[in-house]
Amino acid sequence: MMMMEQKNWNLLDEALGFHSNNANPWPLCGRFLLVEDCVDTSAAFVLHHILKRAFSSHPSSAVLFLAFSHPFSHYDRVLRKLGCNLAAQRDNGRFFFLDMLMLQCPDEGKSNHDGLASVFEQIERVITVLHQDKRPISIMVDDISFLEVAANGSSNDVLNLLHYCHTLTSDYGCAFIALDHKDIYLNGDRDAIILEMEYLADILVKAEPLATGLAKDVHGQLKVLDKETQHQYGISAIKTHNFHFKIKENGIECFYPGTKI
Amino acid sequence: MADSICRTLRDGALEGELAPTLTIKDSLASPFAFHVFSHILLQLSSHVMAQKSQSQGIVIVALSQSPSSYTALLKRNGVDVTSSSKWIHVLDCYTDPLGWKDKTRKPVNVVTNVTDPSHQISLATSSYKTVKDVDKLFSVITELGRGLVGENKSRICVAIDSLSELLRHASLQSVAGLLSNLRSHDQISSIFGLLHSDLHEERAVAVLEYMSSMVASVDPYHPSADVQKGCLENSLYEQNFTKGKFNVRSKRRNGRVRVTCEEFKVGPGGIIFTSGSSVDGTAIAAGLLPKVQFNLQLSEKERIDRSNVVLPFEHQGNGEPIQIYDGRRSLEENSSEANPTSSGKKEDSGMGEIIYFRDSDDEMPDSDEDPDDDLDI
Repeated sequence: MMMMEQKNWNLLDEALGFHSNNANPWPLCGRFLLVEDCVDTSAAFVLHHILKRAFSSHPSSAVLFLAFSHPFSHYDRVLRKLGCNLAAQRDNGRFFFLDMLMLQCPDEGKSNHDGLASVFEQIERVITVLHQDKRPISIMVDDISFLEVAANGSSNDVLNLLHYCHTLTSDYGCAFIALDHKDIYLNGDRDAIILEMEYLADILVKAEPLATGLAKDVHGQLKVLDKETQHQYGISAIKTHNFHFKIKENGIECFYPGTKI
Repeated sequence: MADSICRTLRDGALEGELAPTLTIKDSLASPFAFHVFSHILLQLSSHVMAQKSQSQGIVIVALSQSPSSYTALLKRNGVDVTSSSKWIHVLDCYTDPLGWKDKTRKPVNVVTNVTDPSHQISLATSSYKTVKDVDKLFSVITELGRGLVGENKSRICVAIDSLSELLRHASLQSVAGLLSNLRSHDQISSIFGLLHSDLHEERAVAVLEYMSSMVASVDPYHPSADVQKGCLENSLYEQNFTKGKFNVRSKRRNGRVRVTCEEFKVGPGGIIFTSGSSVDGTAIAAGLLPKVQFNLQLSEKERIDRSNVVLPFEHQGNGEPIQIYDGRRSLEENSSEANPTSSGKKEDSGMGEIIYFRDSDDEMPDSDEDPDDDLDI
């Protein structure tokens, strides 16, 4: 079983440290992973991949998923293709799906903070229960930009929520994984939120189209920047990884540029 | 330069002067301000512990890092944390800056935090839950300072680990007011804070720089390298994540501004400053020389020999009249210059005229024909 799994590690797993067989079953513990994509190249597959790995990392690991862009049925279908049954995990108490599709914070007349504060309250309630069993926990947000829409465009409120989620990484050793779109912030003055998130992130995964244009066999490139951070398990040095990927029906294929035949 | 910053912060404020203030600013291209911040914090802690500094305590205003991370930082660098409560205090604005957790926080959580073995001994911490209220923050900081050093004349140092975070919660005016109040408080010996300059408008950065007696700017090693520009620049981009430039601008009391620059490297052990880009410069120059068969450099003996060679113009002047050939007259003429007749002739011929005889009438002026076309080769 172990050997089989080892064969399946791809470059993304290596870049995120999933392949290392050390005492830490879930290398994202206590870290904030930010996935950035753009219109041309969606990075939703990175979330799917991490979700799958999160369940296989530890028999009792749990995932709290804040869905802003897709309903549960969507993720259930996608993950089923990857060989992971989300409905079963949900019934086992390992997958907590918070449907935020219809989230709308109160208008500016009232205070916005209450809306997101109650979201955080929901998150924290789940986390505190899970933490009592010392289970590795991952929190995933599938689209920060929709969170911003729900917060009536107030990036400050979004950053507050992100900050609070970030405190969970140090308080409970949770992994925090979020996806956002880089190109919606290209408009100069509104870029503070993405910059702030990049400062906050311990690991940055950027999905971009190929610089040379479209290709049949390569769907895009991933750049992984693993910043040096101090965490529970010591210090990890800065690492950068750069590779191409191809999304298949039941998984992804990662390879170094030029090595695909 | 990092040392001189630490010395200035250690020496603190003169009586009747504002406390020295340091702003460490960085950008995403080289996000190492926190490395500098921890470096300075550690240096100052060792000074405070050895009682070599004006300040007798440090108050860390933690906005972007958890208090436990500071405990880990100090422990990792061999600072004795058990006795730390006498001289260091963390004001925790990180865990719950807006009071959201108050609603859900149950006493159970507090207990689990304390019994957690990794945090058995931690720094003295008090939490602050209304970061938007900057005025209250000022009074809390000074209160904590009094708690550390007492009511007497002794002073404390204030470390704010993210001015950017503070600026996000409060207006620029109130943050500037906080800094100004801290600087003029008579129990504060020095202040340093961290700023991510690209998150703010230029004017906000400028305001904070005006209020700082020192600005340390962490700049990328290769400013032009940007990951967006493609794979070619990738190696430069990666280099930016191991080293960078550290520019310090310090203002004296009399208004004189001194700018210094050094480089730093970031490794797993922290940040290491290397003074002098010149050392690196010669190393690079040596590396740039092409590898050739012959010797381009001189040995020490060759260099001495070369310096002993007397160059032609250096013969002159030892007793004899100096004769320098200026390329127009021969030396003989030069020596007989006193002769008036010869000089007169020269003046005559100095009129100058060009005499030209055409070879033959059938030659057209400026003709294109080849003068050698009658040659039979």
